[in-house]
Amino acid sequence: MQKSILDKEEYIKFAEHRAKRTNSVKNTAAAFIVGGLICVLGQLLCDLYMMIGISEDTSCSLVSISLIFLSCLFTALGWYDRLALIAGAGTLVPITGFANAVISPALDYKAEGLVAGMSAKMFIIAGPVIVYGTIASVIYGLIYYICTVLF
Amino acid sequence: MKKIYSFTKRPTISATSTIVGKEEKNGPLGEYFDCCRDDTKFGMQTWELAESEMVRMAFDTVLKKSKLCEDDIDIIFAGDLINQCTSTSFGLIDKSIPYVGLYGACSTFAEGLMSAAVYIETGFADTAACATSSHFCTAERQFRFPIEYGCQRTPTAQYTVTGAASAILSTKAESPSGVYVMEALPGIVREFGIKDANNMGAAMAPATADTIARYFSLSGNKPSDFDMILTGDLGAEGFELLKIMMKQYGYEMGTGFNDCGLMIYDLKNQDVGAGGSGCGCSGVVFGGYVMEQFMSGAVKDVLLIGTGALLSPTTVMQNLPIPAVAHLVRLKKD
Repeated sequence: MQKSILDKEEYIKFAEHRAKRTNSVKNTAAAFIVGGLICVLGQLLCDLYMMIGISEDTSCSLVSISLIFLSCLFTALGWYDRLALIAGAGTLVPITGFANAVISPALDYKAEGLVAGMSAKMFIIAGPVIVYGTIASVIYGLIYYICTVLF
Repeated sequence: MKKIYSFTKRPTISATSTIVGKEEKNGPLGEYFDCCRDDTKFGMQTWELAESEMVRMAFDTVLKKSKLCEDDIDIIFAGDLINQCTSTSFGLIDKSIPYVGLYGACSTFAEGLMSAAVYIETGFADTAACATSSHFCTAERQFRFPIEYGCQRTPTAQYTVTGAASAILSTKAESPSGVYVMEALPGIVREFGIKDANNMGAAMAPATADTIARYFSLSGNKPSDFDMILTGDLGAEGFELLKIMMKQYGYEMGTGFNDCGLMIYDLKNQDVGAGGSGCGCSGVVFGGYVMEQFMSGAVKDVLLIGTGALLSPTTVMQNLPIPAVAHLVRLKKD
């Protein structure tokens, strides 16, 4: 016999329990494949740049720049979000995901002006990544420094 | 006031109008809508103005269909989802008609029908209109993420209907439809602890169950007395929860029981998550499909329960639960 969900406590438990979850197996596989392909593309670009005689360091930077450019282009064309619907973390985690997170609000808020709209809202999604990324790297740096002094 | 409003003046629907976007046109009810545009911006500069344009089109269409002019309308009740209901106010900016703004979230269409009928009943208006709208892109921007942001949706999340609907109620005008608002029951705000903005169906189900159960208990009617009982936009998740709750209230809802959010899209073949949502959802399903069913004689007695999740981006971020409200109107044709 099912418990009465007309009671608030029971309702929350029941509704949260029965809510459909995302299919992790399918999503993980899709993320692995698409994320992997983006990395393969990065490696291909890197090899290509090195083949035409650019140094390894510069090639690596050029790869990042190229991927960011492609992500922005695909976002502006309205393709990136469609790919992300299938790929999930596969398009979110690589550098292309970060570019998408910056460029998509920039596009959206163009209508509210270049200062108060586009440039101010550009970081509504990427902002926390930058803040906590910086804090995490400071903490990591401190730990690394202490370790090198101690050992 | 916890009693049912029974209207004695027979506020009759002169006409309804429906304006939709491409996704809605491609849905199973596509053929019932008055006008569809493939262009999501409806020829405007921004999505907000596009939604206003939809409101304007819906209102102009309903005037035309009812063969009335602006001067004939004593008052209009209208609202939408966007901050301060600007889609509506900009959409009606050129009309010289007294305007009462409504915010009932996705229950606005039922709330509008009820308010218009009450005004007619009191005698302050002979002819009253209501209108509502929602647009996928404006709602997405305000409540979720930028349009082009790449993310996946939770399976329980719903898809905001791009649609605007309007209706004119009158005691005077000749009405080919003969559909009148017979009764109404305003909803009570209910909150059952659901905090997930991606599961609004679950947040709205308790308020909906409360209104329907109150209606049956106050009126003495049974679900089988009606040809159709339609909820606004509970979606797959919320509607299942509602069915369970109704059973626990002791009502067997029968075959005419459905949800506009489930009817407007083909959930299997359109990527719309748990179904449609938004003010436009129940508005266009009622204004298009249900009115057509009345006209063809397929239905004669219908309950429409508009369902609204009364959240804001701020309350969601502050981790507050989602209150909801459900307004009921009974539409009848003799």
